[in-house]
Amino acid sequence: MLKIMRYTLSDLLRSRWVVIYLSFFLLLTLSLLSLSGDVSQVVISLMNIILILCPLVAVMFGVMFFYNSREFTELLLAQPLRRTDIFFGQYLGLALSLSASLVIGVGLPFLIYGLFASAEVWNFMVLIVIGVALTFIFSGLAFYLALCNDNRIRGFGLAILLWLFFAIIYDGIFLLSLIVLRDYPLEHYAMAMTILNPIDLARILILLKLDISALMGYTGAVFHKFLGSLAGSILAFLALALWVVLPVWRIRWRALRKDF
Amino acid sequence: MIDIQNLHKSYGKLAVLRGIDLNLSQTGQISAILGPNGSGKTTLIKSILGLVIPDQGDIRMDGQTIKGQWAYRHHISYLPQIARFPENLTVTELLAMIKDLRSGPTDDDALIQLFGLGPHLQKRLGDLSGGTKQKVNLVIAFMYDSPVIILDEPTSGLDPVAMIHLRELLQRARQQGKIILLSTHIMSFVDEMADEVVFLLEGAIRFRGTLVQLKTQYQEDNVERAIANILQGESPILA
Repeated sequence: MLKIMRYTLSDLLRSRWVVIYLSFFLLLTLSLLSLSGDVSQVVISLMNIILILCPLVAVMFGVMFFYNSREFTELLLAQPLRRTDIFFGQYLGLALSLSASLVIGVGLPFLIYGLFASAEVWNFMVLIVIGVALTFIFSGLAFYLALCNDNRIRGFGLAILLWLFFAIIYDGIFLLSLIVLRDYPLEHYAMAMTILNPIDLARILILLKLDISALMGYTGAVFHKFLGSLAGSILAFLALALWVVLPVWRIRWRALRKDF
Repeated sequence: MIDIQNLHKSYGKLAVLRGIDLNLSQTGQISAILGPNGSGKTTLIKSILGLVIPDQGDIRMDGQTIKGQWAYRHHISYLPQIARFPENLTVTELLAMIKDLRSGPTDDDALIQLFGLGPHLQKRLGDLSGGTKQKVNLVIAFMYDSPVIILDEPTSGLDPVAMIHLRELLQRARQQGKIILLSTHIMSFVDEMADEVVFLLEGAIRFRGTLVQLKTQYQEDNVERAIANILQGESPILA
């Protein structure tokens, strides 16, 4: 598994798309840092971009990578290797190459500006960890979708739909349901709905860390009371970890049954 | 060596293999799987390699079932139909990768020389032409000394010189006593290289025998016509 991962990584790190992705984050972070002196604000701006862009790039790159390497995967499957080793290796290589772009692209400017010595470093770390988690979650989901669909057009369509659902449609439904059910106590419902969407979960975790949950009104206060506590944070991170494990489990299930 | 019993496979409603029984144990023999498009040639080959999981039936290699196994593939070299590799790796890196993943002695240097791949070794695989990629594919398939060699359409995209080298490699493998299974659409290649023919039609074996048997049974002196006779015998009378 580690060997497959290493070769996938050395292939992908030289791919044009990963390089473009990396330079985008470099330029973005550098310009944000030079425009604003307030690191908190930079982190929030970055958060808004990472929450949308990381899942989008992860799903698109994930399906693209799977379909591009399909024939080579067949060659690997004909070698004396375990199926799960091949697919986990490829998935890890994919997720790690995208994560490396994010970490280097955002981390390098922070390093240049000497911000690792400041108190803001923890906010920055949370941002990075959550960006990496989203990359793993969404590239895993995309990998699974591609594994389930031999038709590339369908695979790409479903991947975009998946992103659209979690990034936009879900929030719409969520808000609508809050309006419809406004006569009822909704704290627990809102909490559950948030945990069920990795992007929302990631957003809440960062906002709480930045201690600006007051901006989120009443629900924000409930969230802060719950998630702000140690047990709450642990639960939230556990939920995020579950989201990371879910696609891995599905990939394994599908990979063991699929015909190539 | 390889024993296939009552193999069935369907994709949804489409039955691709309907009860294949095939035993490949004659060493130093080239068996050609023939059949029209969609007759199940590739599915049969992929079942032996464990790429396709059969619905029913069993495949045994050296007496052991291959179901859920992977180590048996140490004994098989495979040439896939389509050659596509990670675009950003060089030829050298790819060969190093395969050797790293599948340990054991290789003679890739001789093969690289044979196919004249020397000047391409440091190029990205994404920059190579289709024919050159197929040569890389052949190097990977022949660089291990495995007792079984399975080739899916080995002739596609090869120039005449590479074809001659492929014939030499196959003849050498035959002399070394390997079991060779190949699928192809080029009948002259079968006529020249194959020892026996397995003819698939609609997922079942319609004919199996040596080239001489095929020609005498259908009273033709070339393979192409004999195959055409099998097909005509099967097709309904046209109005």
